[in-house]
Amino acid sequence: MILSAIAFYAFAAVLIACAALVISLRNPVHSVLFLILGFFSAAGLFVLVGAEFLAMILVIVYVGAVAVLFLFVVMMMDINFVQMRQGFTDYLPVGALVGIVLLAELLLVVGVLVSAPDGALAAGPAVPTLGTENNTQAIGEVLYTRYLYLFQAAGMVLLVAMIGAIVLTHRARPGVRRQRIADQVGRTRASGVELKKVTPGGGIS
Amino acid sequence: MTITLGHYLTVAAILFTLGVLGIFLNRKNVIVILMSIELMLLAVNLNLVAFSAYLGDLVGQIFAMFVLTVAAAEAAIGLAILVVYFRNRGTVAVADINIMKG
Repeated sequence: MILSAIAFYAFAAVLIACAALVISLRNPVHSVLFLILGFFSAAGLFVLVGAEFLAMILVIVYVGAVAVLFLFVVMMMDINFVQMRQGFTDYLPVGALVGIVLLAELLLVVGVLVSAPDGALAAGPAVPTLGTENNTQAIGEVLYTRYLYLFQAAGMVLLVAMIGAIVLTHRARPGVRRQRIADQVGRTRASGVELKKVTPGGGIS
Repeated sequence: MTITLGHYLTVAAILFTLGVLGIFLNRKNVIVILMSIELMLLAVNLNLVAFSAYLGDLVGQIFAMFVLTVAAAEAAIGLAILVVYFRNRGTVAVADINIMKG
């Protein structure tokens, strides 16, 4: 128990420190790297609470795909980082005000919720068991039966996002010589060959 | 020393607040704003998973998975828009995005 508590505090501290660094660092590349570390820490928290499958999804999808996508985009753009941070403190007072109020409200909600007298939110089983072996199997048995249509809809969302991203970023560049199979196959003798009468010593113009 | 639901909710609350603060502070860079949105979505996922575990209900984790899906789609579309915008205008500063005069 003490070990899991230590692990929780370590992961939580790293996660919050990474989040603070993500929003305050000067270089977006460093921000993305700390975002990756933060996602790893969140995956650790997921494992601690018993959601191994989501932890692995987080590592694979976020660290493997989304964060690397961010990294690609950041590195593709030629941005003046010094100019980028001018006026960083302009919005600090109002931002800090909103942040403090929001944090106070959220913590108030958490405090009221946890200290509820009916004990409805007392610590239950860490791993939700549905009569199955492990977390992944339990998720699969729920996801592919009760939430099958939602699962398909999520796939459609991803498909539309993929098509949208391709359509947005694709550009037809002029002057590119592509191989057109249809033109090559549809070529006839009339369009490909031209006979010229050549006079001796005259040449072809 | 036992870790309760309140601990997880507190961490998620701090994370969400940091995400909001990031949107306020970074007025020059859309990429960091997108990263702040990812942080906020991560805080929401942390809440969902913590409730799912401590209430013994698996639906929270299913919902967190769908949130992850939508977040991935959002990141892809957002970054695509960002790339197109940078290609057209040569900047990603939020203060300069005023084509629509909103």
